[in-house]
Amino acid sequence: MSTTATLTTTATPSALFDNRVRIGLAVALAIVFAVVPFLPDFYVTLLGKIMCFAICALAMDLIWGYTGILSLGHGLFFALGGYAMGMYLMRQIGRDGVYKSDLPDFMVFLDWKQLPWHWTGSEYFLWTMILVVALPGVLAFVFGYFAFRSRIKGVYFSIITQALTFAAMLLFFRNETGFGGNNGFTDFKRILDIPIATPSMRISLCVITGLVLIAFYLIARYIVQSKYGRVLQAIRDAESRVLFTGYNTLWYKLSIWTISAMMCGVAGALYVPQVGIINPGEMSPAASIEIAIWAAVGGRATLIGPILGAFFVNGAKSWFTVAFPEYWLYFLGALFIAVTLFLPQGIIGLLRKLRGLRNGAKA
Amino acid sequence: MTPELLEDGAKRLAEYKAKHNVTEDIAQSGGQAASFARVVQPNIVDVSAGGILYVDEITVSFDGFRALNKLSLDVRVGELRCIIGPNGAGKTTMMDVITGKTKPDSGKAFFGSNIDLLRLRESEIAERGIGRKFQKPTVFEQLSVFENLELAAKTDRRVRHTIFAKLTPSELDQLHATMKLIHLAGDGARVAGTLSHGQKQWLEIGMLLMQNPKLLLLDEPVAGMTDEETERTAELFLSLEGKHSLVVVEHDMKFIGELVNGGQREKKKIVTVLHEGSVLAEGSLADVQSNERVIEVYLGR
Amino acid sequence: MLLTPDIIGAMKRFKHLLLISFFASMPQFNWAITADVVKAITTGENDDRINALTKAVGTPDDALARLIDAMIDDAVKIADGRAFIVRNGKAIDAVTGVEVALPSNAEDIVNNNRVRSELDNAKAALSLLSPNESAREAAIKALKDNADETKLPLIDKALAKETNAELKAKLQQLRAAMLVASSDKAKRLEAIAALAGSGEPGVKSLLQERLQPSAESDPEVRAALASAIKAIDGKLVWGERLGVIFSGASLGSILLLVALGLAITYGLMGVINMAHGELMMIGAYTTYVVQNLFRQHLPSAFDFYIIASIPIAFAVSALVGAALERTVIRWLYGRPLETLLATWGISLMLIQLMRSTFGAQNVPVENPSWLSGGFPIMSNLILPYNRIAIIGFAFFVLLLVYLLINKTRLGLFVRGVTQNRTMASCMGVNTARIDTYAFALGAGIAGLAGCALSQVGNVGPDLGQSYIVDSFMVVVLGGVGQLAGTVYAALGLGVLNKFLEGWTGAVLAKIIVLVFIVIFIQRRPQGIFALKGRSAEA
Repeated sequence: MSTTATLTTTATPSALFDNRVRIGLAVALAIVFAVVPFLPDFYVTLLGKIMCFAICALAMDLIWGYTGILSLGHGLFFALGGYAMGMYLMRQIGRDGVYKSDLPDFMVFLDWKQLPWHWTGSEYFLWTMILVVALPGVLAFVFGYFAFRSRIKGVYFSIITQALTFAAMLLFFRNETGFGGNNGFTDFKRILDIPIATPSMRISLCVITGLVLIAFYLIARYIVQSKYGRVLQAIRDAESRVLFTGYNTLWYKLSIWTISAMMCGVAGALYVPQVGIINPGEMSPAASIEIAIWAAVGGRATLIGPILGAFFVNGAKSWFTVAFPEYWLYFLGALFIAVTLFLPQGIIGLLRKLRGLRNGAKA
Repeated sequence: MTPELLEDGAKRLAEYKAKHNVTEDIAQSGGQAASFARVVQPNIVDVSAGGILYVDEITVSFDGFRALNKLSLDVRVGELRCIIGPNGAGKTTMMDVITGKTKPDSGKAFFGSNIDLLRLRESEIAERGIGRKFQKPTVFEQLSVFENLELAAKTDRRVRHTIFAKLTPSELDQLHATMKLIHLAGDGARVAGTLSHGQKQWLEIGMLLMQNPKLLLLDEPVAGMTDEETERTAELFLSLEGKHSLVVVEHDMKFIGELVNGGQREKKKIVTVLHEGSVLAEGSLADVQSNERVIEVYLGR
Repeated sequence: MLLTPDIIGAMKRFKHLLLISFFASMPQFNWAITADVVKAITTGENDDRINALTKAVGTPDDALARLIDAMIDDAVKIADGRAFIVRNGKAIDAVTGVEVALPSNAEDIVNNNRVRSELDNAKAALSLLSPNESAREAAIKALKDNADETKLPLIDKALAKETNAELKAKLQQLRAAMLVASSDKAKRLEAIAALAGSGEPGVKSLLQERLQPSAESDPEVRAALASAIKAIDGKLVWGERLGVIFSGASLGSILLLVALGLAITYGLMGVINMAHGELMMIGAYTTYVVQNLFRQHLPSAFDFYIIASIPIAFAVSALVGAALERTVIRWLYGRPLETLLATWGISLMLIQLMRSTFGAQNVPVENPSWLSGGFPIMSNLILPYNRIAIIGFAFFVLLLVYLLINKTRLGLFVRGVTQNRTMASCMGVNTARIDTYAFALGAGIAGLAGCALSQVGNVGPDLGQSYIVDSFMVVVLGGVGQLAGTVYAALGLGVLNKFLEGWTGAVLAKIIVLVFIVIFIQRRPQGIFALKGRSAEA
């Protein structure tokens, strides 16, 4: 009977909502709705920011942890979502800018007389929401199509994505590109015509970010539990076997790559109104590679791991930059080395090992 | 014309009529309906001519080194073909060409009489019905045995299907049967990476069977197996003979002997000897073994 | 050689002759300046003084030169219409040069800026007749910027005397430049024709200035001006083209140096070393430290600090590299993505280390005197010595690496280990040690690159970061494990980048190059020199 037992357990893998997930969800929702409103301002913003990063880490995990493709360009998708949102927020400033003009301040400064074509529609929130997912999505799709079609993989792919985000950063640094050059966008005043710099708006944004994170977690959980998710893991383990089994891996890689990019775009869009600035620095190769380390620290190929990793690394960052700014880079660098050398499964792997040891001791 | 082909033809005729809403016989000759049996469908291999694989004068060179030199090979439907040859004879390159991994410099390769293998990608070739087992056992190490086989099952392999796919009862039965066949019936939940070398070989063979391919290419399938396992594998292959066409590349002459001499078929099986990228000799095992040139380059050493 | 009295005598005579000819080349003015002229220059309204000065320069003499020098030094006093030059408490009459007692009512003369600049001009004009060639050359250069018709007589005089063909040509041009603004149309046309033969950007801008409608209205002259500008452009374009090629080669040689180290660590060993740039930074900082040590302890040999810092930079970077290999990278062979992350971590720590030690600001590294300056090829093309040296150095390092990899036992071992580790270790090669050596070698070459970079760019904690993307592109483009590919890719990218820069600007050029590489790798994932092979791995 052992056969049928294994068959039934593996044929219906743990459901989308098992007990542990239910408890976790309840706790997360409780934090979002009951705790966030009573946090001091500083911590509301910090929590919101870290939750945006956690979405990025989750997206990175789907493409790296589950599919085995390390992207060093996810910061670009994050920034694109952020810039799409930033354009809307710049238009919401209206005539309250320094120059009292309909145009954003930096355009007046550059002596531009009208909005460039790519700003068309940026005053509509709905269009902005479309851009937030479509911009990173289309870019990822086009880039990924060509890259995956020519079978670029492994480190080659990583390096090319790094070059991509580097090129984009240079492009956005230019004033002529029409995104505020070095300074990017800042000094936002309103969102949906509601003042942005109020405690209640901060709390609302933080709550929305929390809900989006939970939703994305569930989507990711559905994805990795489906047959599609197993194909992705199979691609990670032995892509040629998947090919010779008859799966066209191009579309699998491309679809998860695009989904992952769009998730990052949403994270960027949530990030910008909370921190109040977006500039090309977000596209620097260093920013992208940091996303990878969040996922690695938490534990690749687990879903809760990257979220934990984002909280751990960014929590440490905000503590270090206040307490010992000198030592932050040492810590981050050491983290990169320690995780790759000693903790390939990340925090989650460590916890599992500890639990295994304890169970072993009991038995 | 075999009975299966006639059946196929009748089915296609019925499909055609249903699709185009025709009730009368659409083409007649001498009071008989014209045959639909030989209608060639682009994505379905046409084996009415009796051959499943035609490789014609394939040449592949890597930086001046000719891995394959005008290699030609014909495999009949249902045949079990053994291919032997010393290292570097071009056995793996030949499989690479047939499965679309390597594009040759010149030559032709057809699956059945209608599918040009050189125009297709790996996944398309696999979809058309050629399964391949690698020299080194290649399974999805971090998935369970069950999941490995599930992914190999012949269903719609497009993205949008897999997102919502659920196992059907018939697929579950097939999985169950295959697990038994490859002696992993109790190991469904085991992670494939923890299997022994021989078990991985079998799992890979099991995955091939789940694909239900018309032609199986097996690259050294018994490497690293114990004698007992080797014997069982030979039995397994012999049981497939007739239902599938098999091309087995092996070094193990004992295994080859078992394959050639076993089975129900009366006809002597053909053994092909490759050397330096082309066919050196072809014939029954005894003929090949007594061939002087073969002895010189391979067996004699 | 025996010095016979005859020979000695001949030499003496020769010396004598030389002396005579030397004195003959001195400006010999036949008549002395008159008291009226001196009075006109030193007293009265500024405009009148300037007029007098320009007129006087037309007929130069020693006394005038003496007077002008003194006026520039504010050493001239006037009393009762007479001018006195007062130096070291002694006064001499400006006209006669005789020492006299300074009258008690003598006053300083006041020279405003306009007068001063005229004085400088006049001085330059006079040095046109100096016996010293470089003084004449400097004078021509100084006059070029404010050429006007008034100095024409002087230039004619200088032209008549000039013996150096090169200077003569320059004088001709100067004369033409003065005449372009002449009121006489024929003279203008003649001058434009003469200037058209020039190949200098300065002349071109002069002509362009004349082409302004306010400066020139005569259509015939305007047409002549336009065609002259065209002719000059034709000459300049070659200088520009060569300039692009040179700066491309220069950038390419830097990329080559950066990429050579990577060609070993990444190309041969397959280690993705994101800290490669930081190893370069260490080389650059080492150069900085060596420079400071030389300045402090061996100021006399300061010019040679760079020679000393080459091996030291190599050694320091190689040691750091060896330490990294032993402690971190060794454990990550065969896991390229993990290596990438770990070495990125290393790079962060090294950056912070440099920031903590040397500060976040860039540190100054001076060129030794023999590397500053440049080698003029054309009027608009000067090849800086430091860049020429780096091109040479890059090829020198390339040669060394080539010999090391292909001709030495170490190289053989490195190739053996990287191609088939198990086989090599079965043959008795200590693969672990070879790995360390190879990685240290790659790191050392990065140090050399840093040493070279310190001579042309900023040395700061971020030095490595700015090259890492480029250098990986070079290796990827050139094909893994290919020295030749690395060379072609580095030089090709350098030239392409500079060529595009001239056309689209630096940032867009960089973006275009990156996009080009991305597309190229799509077409040929193995790089320029791909090694095709049977897929051993399934």
